[in-house]
Amino acid sequence: MNRMPSQTRILTLVVILSNVLGNFALSLGLKAQTLAAASTEVWPYMTPYVRAFFNPMVLLGVALLILWMLSRMALMSWADLSFVLPITSIGYVISAMMGKFFLGEHVSPQRWAGTFLIMAGMALVSLTPARTVKQPV
Amino acid sequence: MTQWLLVGLIVAATTGGDILQSLEMKRHGPIDDFAPKGVWAKIVELGKRPLLLYAIFLMAVSFFSFMLLLTIADLSFAVPATAASYVLETVLAKLILREQITPLRWAGALLVAGGVLLLAV
Repeated sequence: MNRMPSQTRILTLVVILSNVLGNFALSLGLKAQTLAAASTEVWPYMTPYVRAFFNPMVLLGVALLILWMLSRMALMSWADLSFVLPITSIGYVISAMMGKFFLGEHVSPQRWAGTFLIMAGMALVSLTPARTVKQPV
Repeated sequence: MTQWLLVGLIVAATTGGDILQSLEMKRHGPIDDFAPKGVWAKIVELGKRPLLLYAIFLMAVSFFSFMLLLTIADLSFAVPATAASYVLETVLAKLILREQITPLRWAGALLVAGGVLLLAV
């Protein structure tokens, strides 16, 4: 991690957090929507899929994922795709943790092993330079 | 069955979108102005790049299919299952984007892919 310039580190953090929190909000919103679908009579002519877009948690999730897309685009302007992908994969680990602590999901030994592998892989990739090609491809 | 069709669509769209996006952002060069005004000007400027628009279209396809998948499957299934795009994208980054995948980076990418698979168990 120490070799990464601070700009890369900060933007990587934004990319990771916006992705994890965005997915989490979407998941919460869509689950609530599925449960409520049968009883909602506000817009009976809309399918549950369309109605889901008006759920506040879904909207928050969409906003965070827009931030994720833009920050990731900026990161890609100076870092390799094969660098960005493993580095931001720590998001999977954080998703699993949030599943455990906020949704009460069980984290099996296999999942902990997976978490460890992802972190090890991320550590290895962070030792490589972020950019290996010259500007125009 | 439906869920695996969606996973296939998500993986294809994600991979295509990422490759195009990385290609265009490399061509554009480093962005380092993060003041609100600069960011908006940059978004407008980037909006004029056709390949980037295709990339965003593919990301949108991937995103809406992912939302659809979340309505019929758990997040803890959806996230790892769509991670197949990992290895595919690293290979294409080497072949199309000409990135140098050093042994260290290969090792890291494979560890991550293995870890994501274990999460799916």
